[in-house]
Amino acid sequence: MASAAPPDTARFGTSGSAGETLFHAACFGAATLLLVTLGGVVVSLAIGGWPAIEHFGFGFLTSSEWNPVTEVYGAAGPVVGTLATALLALVMALPLAIGVAVFLVEFCPRPVAQPVAIAVELLAGIPSIVYGMWGLFVLAPWFAEHVQLPLMMEAEPGSWQEKLFSGIPNGANIFTASVILAIMILPYMAAVFRELFMTVPAQLREAAYGLGCTPFEVIRAVVIPYVRRGMVGVIMLGLGRALGETMAVTFIIGNAHGFPDSVFASGSTIASTIANEFAEATSDMHSAALVALGLVLFLITFGVLAIARALLGSQRH
Amino acid sequence: MDRALVRRLSNIAFVILTAIATLIALTALVLTLWSLLSRGIGGLDTKIFTMTQPAPGSEGGLSNAIMGSLIMCGIGLAIAVVVGVLAGTWLSEYGGNTRYGQVVRFLNDVLLSAPSILIGLFVYEILVRPFHGFSAWAGGVALAILAMPIVTRTTEDILSLQPSALREAGMALGASRAFVIRKIVWKSARAGLVTGALLGFARISGETAPLLFTALGNQFFSTELTQPMASLPTTIFQFALSAYEDWQRLAWVGALLIAAAVLSINIIGRIVAREARRS
Repeated sequence: MASAAPPDTARFGTSGSAGETLFHAACFGAATLLLVTLGGVVVSLAIGGWPAIEHFGFGFLTSSEWNPVTEVYGAAGPVVGTLATALLALVMALPLAIGVAVFLVEFCPRPVAQPVAIAVELLAGIPSIVYGMWGLFVLAPWFAEHVQLPLMMEAEPGSWQEKLFSGIPNGANIFTASVILAIMILPYMAAVFRELFMTVPAQLREAAYGLGCTPFEVIRAVVIPYVRRGMVGVIMLGLGRALGETMAVTFIIGNAHGFPDSVFASGSTIASTIANEFAEATSDMHSAALVALGLVLFLITFGVLAIARALLGSQRH
Repeated sequence: MDRALVRRLSNIAFVILTAIATLIALTALVLTLWSLLSRGIGGLDTKIFTMTQPAPGSEGGLSNAIMGSLIMCGIGLAIAVVVGVLAGTWLSEYGGNTRYGQVVRFLNDVLLSAPSILIGLFVYEILVRPFHGFSAWAGGVALAILAMPIVTRTTEDILSLQPSALREAGMALGASRAFVIRKIVWKSARAGLVTGALLGFARISGETAPLLFTALGNQFFSTELTQPMASLPTTIFQFALSAYEDWQRLAWVGALLIAAAVLSINIIGRIVAREARRS
């Protein structure tokens, strides 16, 4: 009986051969490169920002004076601006994102739900500069004319409203920046929430319906508890996006240094300050201060994102 | 009867609220796209693609910016695909379950959503400051760092979906592991790998922040990789914030081009991914 010819092992490569080892090493090297890159970001920001950290010490974080002429730099203004815009945006986007996701998964007629879901996912990919331009040319003028001016006119002198709504009525302020950020993170969060809700096993839902629950009760008592961890993770991801967003905010926040004293006042975020000033930094200390700002932003977002990833665990988005 | 009524009413209220939320969200998004279309489409003509950016008040297009974007996104994608596919392969086929693999996966996910402006600062520190000049290379590398984690992630996901019977069959024939991965696993996952590359490309083609102080921008047509280079996003940024109406008009056209490009790349990516699932 003729036996089959043995396979031509030379063509397949042999275990332990040079090619095999090389390929393994290349794959390992690429994976390590990712680590090195992230490490490099931290190290380079720390080194580049060190002169400013050394010079201003802890006061860098607490002072709100930012003056390239006198070479005094304090990060409090941009840090507060970053946190305020991101949190405001989250407050606005979160209920809408959950609403959209619930509607699409539970209530929307199937033929409509699919296209809307795809549209939402595609919108999540639109570059932020587009949202920024919309904010600058459409939202800001409209807001100044129809919201900001009337509110300022009505506020009584000396009242808390006057303080809250004070600012130059040009529509470029902390509040409008937050609105733009909210519009930007909304499709992203809605898309991820939708995927999350779809991971809930059908049996759980059906069991709850079988007990006579209304859809509202099913969502409140079964769906949301089932994905609670993941939801917090998604919220953190959205927050991380809002914290680090540059272009959408730079267009519309007004780029004023110092402490924003009302939601309708111009302000700045860490990212917008770096985007505006870094290429034209006047002195070594100025650029060092900007890099140190970058380090602060990195630490904030790294913390937020690490929590998000840890909570999302195996449900990776 | 009260309890039943309350339950029914609260349910109805809830359904209406979610419908309203969807309506508000869609309205905001449609408004954005509508301004983009209505303001951008008027300026769209052949001059956009044939002429370089103008001085305020004179005629011009965006050809230098379009070319610059293509070149730098090309560099970025080339680097990102090589690194990302290899790293994703390592995570899926070699060391994904080790402690080190878990760390890599976790930090890759963090890198995926790291603020892009910080990537710009990092590349400035390693490629611009030491060589005393902004360059297209630096811009390309910054974009590569943004696309790498996306490609890594999709590669790992798609490779771990490949049936292990494929690998075992190859091994049983006496092929080495590297051979099995390259000739069998990669081949069967080809469409998924293409999707990963497309997603990465879509992500970086609209990125502005990392280019501001790496490639800087250039008002002239340039294909010189060691010199500053224009790109659509940075040109849009500069033009939109200018005081000249004709520059602002060009900015809208540029924004429309970018949005259209990103949308179509994403749609192609989806179609490719769907084909992959079918086969």
